[in-house]
Amino acid sequence: MTEKDPREPAAGGSPAGPEKSTAGTSPAPGQAAKPAASASRRGFLSWLVLAWIAFTAAMTAGLTALTRFLFPNVLFEPPSTFKAGPPSEYGIGIVDERWKERFGVWIVRDEEGLYALSTTCTHLGCTPNWLSADEKFKCPCHGSGFYKTGINFEGPAPRPLERYRILLAEDGQVLVDKSRKFQWEKGQWEDPESLLKA
Amino acid sequence: MIDFLKTFINTIAAPEWFVSLAIVVFFVALFWEKLWTPKPALYVLGAAVAFFTVSLLDPNFRSIVTKADNVPIVAMLFLVGFFIWLSMSQAYENDRRIGRGEKPMEASEPVSKVLVWPDLVYTEFICLILFTVLLIVWSIFLKAPLEQPANPGDSPNPSKAPWYFLGLQEMLVYYDPWLAGVVFPSLIVVGLMAIPFIDKNKKGSGYYTFRERKVEITIFLFGFVILWILLIATGTFLRGPNWNFFGPYEFWDVGKLPPLVNINLSEYFWVKWLNTGLPKGWLLREAPGFIVVLLYLLTLPPLLARTLLRKYYEKLGPERYAVMVILLLSMGALPVKMYLRWLFNLKYIIAIPEYFFNI
Ligand code: FES
Repeated sequence: MTEKDPREPAAGGSPAGPEKSTAGTSPAPGQAAKPAASASRRGFLSWLVLAWIAFTAAMTAGLTALTRFLFPNVLFEPPSTFKAGPPSEYGIGIVDERWKERFGVWIVRDEEGLYALSTTCTHLGCTPNWLSADEKFKCPCHGSGFYKTGINFEGPAPRPLERYRILLAEDGQVLVDKSRKFQWEKGQWEDPESLLKA
Repeated sequence: MIDFLKTFINTIAAPEWFVSLAIVVFFVALFWEKLWTPKPALYVLGAAVAFFTVSLLDPNFRSIVTKADNVPIVAMLFLVGFFIWLSMSQAYENDRRIGRGEKPMEASEPVSKVLVWPDLVYTEFICLILFTVLLIVWSIFLKAPLEQPANPGDSPNPSKAPWYFLGLQEMLVYYDPWLAGVVFPSLIVVGLMAIPFIDKNKKGSGYYTFRERKVEITIFLFGFVILWILLIATGTFLRGPNWNFFGPYEFWDVGKLPPLVNINLSEYFWVKWLNTGLPKGWLLREAPGFIVVLLYLLTLPPLLARTLLRKYYEKLGPERYAVMVILLLSMGALPVKMYLRWLFNLKYIIAIPEYFFNI
């Protein structure tokens, strides 16, 4: 579209000579050729500039729209903290899978307290399954296995599952904060916030 | 009888047996000249078809092999076999001719020319139509599975990569992601590109031959057949739920959970052999692993240059030889690690999770 514009005036000469503006068809080749050509050179240039501006504007608008398109309107990302009911809901030695689907967290209670395990395999990020009969998490992608504590013991996973910050909210519910994680290999499981004694 | 055979095949489908067997068969077959003539090849083909047909009576085997995703893999196995046979039979035929002092068969091919139009274009056009028909019929009869919407919280069990990546996925079981996912794949590509610069053997240019390029062809075919095709087949047919190994006639039981406690070399060394605890710092802790890896990479090349690969060292010169031997050793690292895992449950030779560095 924009490229067609500069050519039109050059052929018709309409912008430079308003007296000819009605003539959409080509001028008679013999007589009007010379004056029209010299008169329309300036017009051609100004149309060219206009065309370039229009072209640039269109491209910018298009690119902006495209860039905007890359950012979703709605992000279905669960909030990084969530409340997981009262601590009394969790029995000793049980892996609670209620929060796996929505938040990617297993909550487990052992003798000492509650901890929140990430459901992301530390190998390449698949989601392992909890196999209650064998008391282990087993990854379906390359066969990594983790104990209930999250410690890796089979397959290629190089490090244990990560734990999230877990604490007691004011209303007495368990609160899991996924924005802070604790890695065993860095000694972070010693951190009091990685274990909820309740 | 049948049941006994099935159990037997299931047993030798355990990776350490099955891969060892494949490697033995590979070498025997490659150097067994008689095999690469039409008659034995037909026997082998007949045996393979018979094996498949009889095995299809088994419900577990049938359910895996006839899965829409896996049918092309079966076809691929036959095709790979056929094309290797085709080239090897010509190579051996040429070797016999050269041995008699004759020219290779390619020399007697007429040097005539054909026209692009109509000869070539027509042939291509007919192939195109036939293949379109084939693909349409195929897609009608073998439906692509329609699965549930993607859900990051729920990985299918087993989760398999597309078939052409199953070799890589198998590699990922034994090596850390940065090695198996980044370094090794790039080395495969770079290594293949480097072949023309490393290989100084001018023989075999323009004709098939095996005797004049024994080492080259053996190395290449080992990488292709054992480390790529065989791993794809393994991943397709023998890997079941929880990424465990299953025999071809075995039911894919999600509850089958062989205990596979894997141990790092550091633990073997410090805890099992020296009976001390693991040292605190990673440098000391992983020292045995570093020594093993350095020994592998630094002492093997000169050793090989003096023994097995002496001729190559003299032919290639130090620089070319160094590149070649490093590529060769990284290729060998995969089977080495696979066997270490299967036989000793060794997880990582060097394990520094603190810095995401594991070998
Ligand atoms: S992603 Fe879990 S084992 Fe590879």
